[in-house]
Amino acid sequence: MNIAVCVKQIPDPATPYELDAENHWVIRPNDQVLDDTDRVGVEVGLQLAEATEGTVTLFSMSPSGSLQGIRQALAMGADKAVLIDDESLKGSDALTTARILSAAVKREGYDLVITGTESTDGFTGVVPQMMSEILDVPCLSFARNVEAGDGTVTIERQTTTGYETVTSALPAVLAVTAGAEEPRYPTFKGIMQAKSKPVDTTTAAELGVDPVSSQTITAVDPVAARAAGDVVEDDGEAYLKIVELLEQVKVI
Amino acid sequence: MEFDFTDEQTAVRAMVREFAQNRIAPQAEQWDMDHHFPVDIVTEMGELGLFGITADEEWGGAGADFTSLCIAIEELGRVDQSMAITLEAGVGLGINPIHEFGSDEQKQQWLPDLVAGRTLAGFGLTEPDAGSDAGATATRAELDGDEWVINGSKAFITNSGATNTSLVTITARTGPDEISTIIVPSGTEGFIVEPAYRKMGWHASDTHGLTFVDARVPKENLLGERGRGFHQFLSTLDDGRIAIAALAVGVLQACLDESLAYAKERTSFGKPIGSYQAIAFKIADLQMMTEAARLLVYRAAWLKDTGKQFKQEAAIAKLYATESAVSATREATQIFGGYGFMDETLVARHYRDAKILEIGEGTSEVQRLVISRGLGLPIR
Ligand SMILES: Cc1cc2nc3c(=O)[nH]c(=O)nc-3n(C[C@H](O)[C@H](O)[C@H](O)COP(=O)(O)OP(=O)(O)OC[C@H]3O[C@@H](n4cnc5c(N)ncnc54)[C@H](O)[C@@H]3O)c2cc1C
Ligand SMILES: Cc1cc2nc3c(=O)[nH]c(=O)nc-3n(C[C@H](O)[C@H](O)[C@H](O)COP(=O)(O)OP(=O)(O)OC[C@H]3O[C@@H](n4cnc5c(N)ncnc54)[C@H](O)[C@@H]3O)c2cc1C
Repeated sequence: MNIAVCVKQIPDPATPYELDAENHWVIRPNDQVLDDTDRVGVEVGLQLAEATEGTVTLFSMSPSGSLQGIRQALAMGADKAVLIDDESLKGSDALTTARILSAAVKREGYDLVITGTESTDGFTGVVPQMMSEILDVPCLSFARNVEAGDGTVTIERQTTTGYETVTSALPAVLAVTAGAEEPRYPTFKGIMQAKSKPVDTTTAAELGVDPVSSQTITAVDPVAARAAGDVVEDDGEAYLKIVELLEQVKVI
Repeated sequence: MEFDFTDEQTAVRAMVREFAQNRIAPQAEQWDMDHHFPVDIVTEMGELGLFGITADEEWGGAGADFTSLCIAIEELGRVDQSMAITLEAGVGLGINPIHEFGSDEQKQQWLPDLVAGRTLAGFGLTEPDAGSDAGATATRAELDGDEWVINGSKAFITNSGATNTSLVTITARTGPDEISTIIVPSGTEGFIVEPAYRKMGWHASDTHGLTFVDARVPKENLLGERGRGFHQFLSTLDDGRIAIAALAVGVLQACLDESLAYAKERTSFGKPIGSYQAIAFKIADLQMMTEAARLLVYRAAWLKDTGKQFKQEAAIAKLYATESAVSATREATQIFGGYGFMDETLVARHYRDAKILEIGEGTSEVQRLVISRGLGLPIR
């Protein structure tokens, strides 16, 4: 199976993010890391590739920089990567991102596109659905326990109450949940091999996509400080009060 | 001048740091309490390729640089000195002698499993009456037909008695003025592994005394040339010094990180303790020692990787880094006050673990001897 995994390189979440005062975009340092969410996608892709003797190609739209994040995914075992980078893509919105990634996977050829459910830094959570629309293939979202069949893929789709088993014909787009699999550590050999794996760089123009951004960020406000919680003193009957509170917020 | 690590070295650091944080840190305190050697984790370290970093690809290694190995040891050492020494000794004392001096048959027999971390090997040099003065080796090996017959004992041998130990390489007297190195497979009749020592630190590292009573091994188990034992272990120890110093850098970095965080959060007299100069200056010193030790260690590693002389630099790195590590654990424990004396505090464990760094693979005194001799001083 020819598997395309979309991986986002993001600024290290352990360091504080800064926004550009003018356009409110996140200021991207040169060395970005692989989004943890997408490590799960890589893991699922590698398992499918191992089961079907397939290949895993990474697709990432990001400034070239140090490529640290892409190398991390290559070190885990992905075969090659396609990087889409040019000035005109700076500050792209989710739709542009989806158009670019779709054009790239289409050009390279694919049976299955794997993405995360939502990224850690942008988290609009719409890129996979947009890609499936643009590519005109089914979208399997909130996926875990992914299994390849004969020209099909079957997943457990997580819902608020449990899961549904969904089977789709290939090609398809599949968005995995954050806990779908425990991503493997890159091995030492994987790290050494990653530097000689091919990374192709391409541009929006080469993909025939005109990056028109339909989104302007007008203002950014800090998140309101969280209000202090309610303290329930236990007089022996506190559990009743807690049950009532939980019912009010509809968690039980 | 270039002080940056390569992309691959940076990736190795990230990989080992994450593994150490997720797989070792949560359990290290329990292993310490139970004196438990976690074979399963050692196997996982093997699967990541840590034991094979420097070994040739022919044996399943990655053929990478010694600097990368030091980085891996430093990162493990930050969270757990026991697992760091298991790797350091596994490669430096277990794999390297066979990799350097072994015959093709010996390599084929032992290296694939050792390099993959499926098995471990120990190196038995020290004896109850021969430590710094390794020339005083009293263990004897005599040829009887096609076999060596070994009698004697070894003390404090790392990785020598775990369930996944496959062999120990020992130095033994094969003639009046002749020391040779011989491979003794685990389970050889007459090769007795004494119960694990009760140690002040390194509780999760495997250390045993070994006794040999008419232990017989094939003649072919001689490692390298007969009579070259002294030369072989001296060259083994030069590399080992840099690697032990990398363990010390791990201790230093942990002391710095832990103390810095604690000094900001712990208050006394209404202010964070880091606002008092007495505490702040200790932490400034911790950073200074960490940086200086790291520079010495990676310079020595770089000298080795680029094929230059490094004997003097290795001794200096080992001496400075390990003595700094011991000072750092003392200061960090002080910064943590009473909590610093509790076993559950990381710096308390490092305090107990650090001391051996000034003793193993050449004591501080021996390093000063090496350095003095290197300076041409007429010292004995
Ligand atoms: C205030 C603000 C500032 C922003 N600044 C920037 C900025 O400076 N630079 C920037 O790139 N984005 C920025 N974004 C995000 C941007 O607008 C889009 O949201 C983003 O390009 C794609 O959407 P997402 O990350 O929300 O994807 P989601 O739909 O949440 O991601 C789902 C999955 O899609 C895939 N995916 C998403 N993006 C990529 C990618 N680029 N390459 C490969 N796979 C991908 C991954 O598999 C991911 O797990 C900003 C967003 C906001 C709200
Ligand atoms: C946990 C642990 C693990 C170990 N693992 C191994 C292992 O895997 N393999 C192995 O072979 N050994 C191992 N050792 C042994 C270690 O290398 C020795 O303990 C060390 O070399 C010191 O030898 P010694 O204990 O005999 O001390 P001694 O040599 O008796 O030294 C006693 C003191 O005298 C000083 N001294 C000795 N000679 C001189 C001199 N000429 N000038 C000035 N001062 C001197 C020493 O520095 C020291 O302070 C291990 C030890 C420990 C504790």
